[in-house]
Order: sequence, then C-alpha cells, then structure tokens
Amino acid sequence: MPTPTKGPRLGGGPAHERLMLANLAASLFEHKRITTTVTKAKRLKPYAERLVTFAKRGDLASRRRVLGLISNKGIVHELFTDIAQAVENRDGGYTRITKIGNRKGDNAPMAVIELVLEPVSAKQAVVAEATSAAKRDADKKEAAAAAPVAEEAPETEAAEAPAEEAPAAEEAATEEAPTAEEAAEAPAAEEKDAK
Amino acid sequence: MPNPKRRHSKARRDRRRAHDHLRQPVLSECPHCHEMKLPHQACPHCGYYRDREAILVEEQA
Repeated sequence: MPTPTKGPRLGGGPAHERLMLANLAASLFEHKRITTTVTKAKRLKPYAERLVTFAKRGDLASRRRVLGLISNKGIVHELFTDIAQAVENRDGGYTRITKIGNRKGDNAPMAVIELVLEPVSAKQAVVAEATSAAKRDADKKEAAAAAPVAEEAPETEAAEAPAEEAPAAEEAATEEAPTAEEAAEAPAAEEKDAK
Repeated sequence: MPNPKRRHSKARRDRRRAHDHLRQPVLSECPHCHEMKLPHQACPHCGYYRDREAILVEEQA
C-alpha cells in the first residue's frame, strides 16, 4: 500500500498537483522567496528541500532527476550552483515558512516561503564542532591504538570534499560529466584504499 | 410540506441565540514594535517575526 501524502491534496487532480508543486518549486528557486497560501507552502517545503538535497549531491544523475521535474534549465543550473553552494553546511531545513495573515478577498491564510541562504550561525557551528569533537574523543578512547588514523580521516575528507565537488558541478553544467566524474572519483577511491 | 405547528416565543428564540456571539481574537504583543498581533504570524505593523527575521516588505501608507 502506498504511503499517503502528508498534507492536503492540491489542485484538480494528481497531474495538476504535480505541476503546481513543480512550478512553485521553480518559482521558489528563481526568486528565493515567494508568497503563497499556507497550505501550498506546507506541501512545497518537503518537495523543495528534496530538490535541494539533489542539488547538493550535484552529480549528473541527480541533475537529470531534477530536470525531470523542473524543465527550466536556467533555474536548475542556479539551484545546482548558487543555492547548493549557499546551503552546503546546512543539514536540512533549507526553507522557512512565515505566516503573514489572511488574504483580502477570500480570507485565505497566506505565508512567505523562502530559502534559508544565510550561513549557519556561529552558535550552530560551535554546537556542530562540539558534537564532532565529542564524537572524536569517544572514538579515540575506543580505539587508542588507531587514534592517529581516526584523527586524520576527517581532515583529509574535509579537504577532499570541496575540491571534488567543484569540478564535478562545473563539468555537469557543460554536459561532460561522465569523464569528469571518473576523474574526480579516481582520487577518492585511492583515498579509501589508503585508509 | 411539513410546516411549524406553533409559533416560537421570543424567550425561546432568545434562549436559542444565547450562545451566538463573536469571540475576541487572541492577540500577543509584537516584541519589535509592541503593537498587538496574531500569535505565530509576522507582525502586520512592522513586518517582523522572531527577532530580526524581517519577512514582509512593509511600505508606509
């Protein structure tokens, strides 16, 4: 049995709903902030955040999946470059809904849904740092002998990640990803072997 | 067609209407401009919600 959709159905039918969500998401990525009804905003939030997750992954396969939903290549490109980069350090919660009262005319409750593009705050960064440090300490205690290896691993990974992502994203834009991805993945594979 | 058998008295009518009344909306004070606003909504007076999270483009009339 399929999982029921969370939240109310929109539009006149499934196709209408799919189109409406895709168009709302496209508008959101284009304008970064859109005003709509609370109901639509609530349905859009998980949909849009899933697309942002694809964008953060950044490979050609995920780009094609997004292009299957949003047909505007310009907007998808912006999503995969600007937006994906802006939310790089954010673990979910890429959109924010703020209710702004009822619409004149039909008294429908309205909301502003926007992308959370500001960098993760210092406080949040400190918390993240503390959790990772605590985790590292725990790892160290557990495997005292393997400590140097465990300590080095996150650093090398962190250094590797941006370098790896940048060329992949660029190449995907020019539709030459297969070769680029092979090239990018080769060092990563070596990395893993080294560990 | 069925019809009312008897006229209802004023007292009966008024008793029926005893619970017909409007309710005052619940309001909370905006922490930014100290106007009253609906809770969990951006303030329609200053456009602020939650500290500095200015959401609305609010033009002065």
